[in-house]
Amino acid sequence: MNHCLIVDDSRVIRKVSRQIVESLSFRVSEAENGEVGLLACQAEMPDLILLDWNMPVMDGYTFLTRLRATPEGQHPVVVFCTTENDVQYITRALNAGANEYIMKPFDKGILAAKLEGLGLLTAPTAG
Amino acid sequence: MTEAEFEALRAFLKARSGLSLSADKRYLVESRLGSVCSRFKIESLSHLVREIRSGRSSALEKATVEAMTTNETFFFRDKAPFDLFQDVLLPKYLKERAASRRLRIWCAAASTGQEPYSLAMLLKEAAARMAGWQVEIIASDISTEVLEKAKAGFYNQFEVQRGLPARLLVKYFAQVGDQWQISPEIRSMVDFRYLNLIEDFSRLGTFDIVYCRNVLIYFDAALKADVLRRIANTMAPDGSLLLGASETILGVTDALTLDAAHRGLYTKTSGAGAPRMLASAVR
Ligand SMILES: C[S@@+](CC[C@H](N)C(=O)[O-])C[C@H]1O[C@@H](n2cnc3c(N)ncnc32)[C@H](O)[C@@H]1O
Repeated sequence: MNHCLIVDDSRVIRKVSRQIVESLSFRVSEAENGEVGLLACQAEMPDLILLDWNMPVMDGYTFLTRLRATPEGQHPVVVFCTTENDVQYITRALNAGANEYIMKPFDKGILAAKLEGLGLLTAPTAG
Repeated sequence: MTEAEFEALRAFLKARSGLSLSADKRYLVESRLGSVCSRFKIESLSHLVREIRSGRSSALEKATVEAMTTNETFFFRDKAPFDLFQDVLLPKYLKERAASRRLRIWCAAASTGQEPYSLAMLLKEAAARMAGWQVEIIASDISTEVLEKAKAGFYNQFEVQRGLPARLLVKYFAQVGDQWQISPEIRSMVDFRYLNLIEDFSRLGTFDIVYCRNVLIYFDAALKADVLRRIANTMAPDGSLLLGASETILGVTDALTLDAAHRGLYTKTSGAGAPRMLASAVR
């Protein structure tokens, strides 16, 4: 089973995201900021990371650059999930090694379609 | 709305757009046509049916037909048909059309444009291999409302996130307020046109690739067979047809054959449509 790490300072968002990714058959762990997220990655490198941008202690962008600076840190698919919806943020995130970018609010349909695009899911639709 | 009025409406929709509504879809009619009633200041569905039967308002007829269409779509929907385009169809036709350097693509139920624009972006991504090529994408639909939206090319945040990779979003869209507009360069690659699939479309000419996804599911078997046969006639002898993920032609028509290696891909049955000898001569 694929392992997903959710890095977000909002407990509510973590809970909602957890429900969505669990329903997509991921095992989930959580971290409330980038620093805790890096420690979690050192303990066990996840396959997928849902990453918030603005967080206290260490933000998502710093987390991502530190993660991608290590060889093991190349493994996870990183999807930013943030309220930052300016094209400049998206470009910066992609250049820093994010695989995808989701602007909040999002729902299961959006996340599932993104993960499908990244080859982490396969589910056709009808209608 | 009486039973007889509902029947009249069903018959009208079937004749006008091919929509085959089962008798238990009354709720659908009621939920979709309420807004048409208020827009045309019509008291009730009974009045709407009477108005349509009188044949006095073609604008009302058109609005009724359009309101009953399902326009659900998104960028790179189901992914596989677009992977197939990029990895199989494009290389195939780049080779087989190398002499004419012409490629013609038809999206036969384009809705708000996400399907043809997805193909246009893939073509743009392959531009290096296509210098000097003349590529035409015709995108048609019965609903002028969705065609207008498609032409304008504005999508909201929800629409640009559903299936569209962020990499392509930043590359081909401009942020306009809380909307995203697809670039003029991509828009100019697609020719949007009104077209009703139940009517003759042979004038469109011959296509190498046809996407006809998630529209035949609304037609009955006889109409589906008729449309598929006429689509087969618009296809080049070595042309390709893509249907929706849940669609099948099994028992519907033998003018087309499922490509065993690629799910959702159909080719012309050899011997059907254009005579075989001509087909190999053209190739
Ligand atoms: C569900 S959408 C499919 C969009 C796209 N092909 C996809 O798969 O995502 C179906 C479209 O078919 C159009 N349609 C319905 N009846 C039609 C007809 N008789 N001729 C042409 N288009 C029709 C509708 O207006 C609607 O936009």
